[in-house]
Amino acid sequence: MMDDGLTIAGRTFGSRLLLGTGGFPSLTVLAEAIAASGSELVTVALRRIDPQSRGSLIDVLADAGVELLPNTAGCHTARDAVLTAQLAREAFQTDWVKLEVIGDEDTLLPDAPELLRAAEQLVDEGFVVLPYTTDDPVLARRLADVGCPAVMPLGSPIGSGMGIRNPYNIALIREAVEVPVVLDAGIGTASDAALAMELGCDAVMAASAISRAQDPVRMAGAMRAAVQAGRLARGAGRIPRRLYATASTPDAGLPDFGAA
Amino acid sequence: MIVLNGEHCDVRAGETVAAVLARLDLALDARGVAVAVDGEVVPRAQWQSFALAEHARVEVLTAMQGG
Repeated sequence: MMDDGLTIAGRTFGSRLLLGTGGFPSLTVLAEAIAASGSELVTVALRRIDPQSRGSLIDVLADAGVELLPNTAGCHTARDAVLTAQLAREAFQTDWVKLEVIGDEDTLLPDAPELLRAAEQLVDEGFVVLPYTTDDPVLARRLADVGCPAVMPLGSPIGSGMGIRNPYNIALIREAVEVPVVLDAGIGTASDAALAMELGCDAVMAASAISRAQDPVRMAGAMRAAVQAGRLARGAGRIPRRLYATASTPDAGLPDFGAA
Repeated sequence: MIVLNGEHCDVRAGETVAAVLARLDLALDARGVAVAVDGEVVPRAQWQSFALAEHARVEVLTAMQGG
């Protein structure tokens, strides 16, 4: 089966795995994990510069040949998220932004009204807005309606590794919007990524699941394979679930060995 | 006196954003750097001309691992 790649806002990526750069033990491991993941689009955050540590994160990502997807992590209001996106555009010369507007410190769940407000404003300013959203199909549709060229619903809270807690909602989101659906947050291991793709997601974003694994580079390879496997299985069409067995070997031609 | 990345900094009113960046060893073509003053983006093209007011709140930001 030919995979025509993931297309968002007119840009096509060969990989359907987006990688978060947070949590890696070192830039060396990050670089190796990027290579193992095959990812072409990776997130970065914007923070105060530390004059002591002149980070080479930008250089590492440039060497890896990946596209940057700046995020607005840590923003709690539409105003802060919009300003952060504007600063990211200045810093990285990209209109792309992974829009996060957090409404609760413990769960890091999105603040829906602020998220929608920020998305609308950033789309108006010409940004390519990829919103981190709840698994609510109605909110996903509203975000697509205001011009987001993809939506990024959570499977479960960021960094929780709880997988996809409501697969039915993810499947409903796939039906509710025309734009690509990128499962974001909650992935714990490879089977979660495969499930996301089997549910019809167009891509998966993973950060902690890879960066905080005991062997991040090996997990990056596992996620890559899982996304491909899930995509293939979705296209292949799974069998329906049944309560009782259905013999896979026909009874016809069964020999009669007589009474025992 | 201004507030640079949350800390008071002995920069006189009238100094430019570029002058503040120079204190941080940042050149005008520094990659992956953005500046906000009092909650507004200062585009790179204005770094040399943008004069800071007394008590200006300056944020100098760059890429960090995240997301």
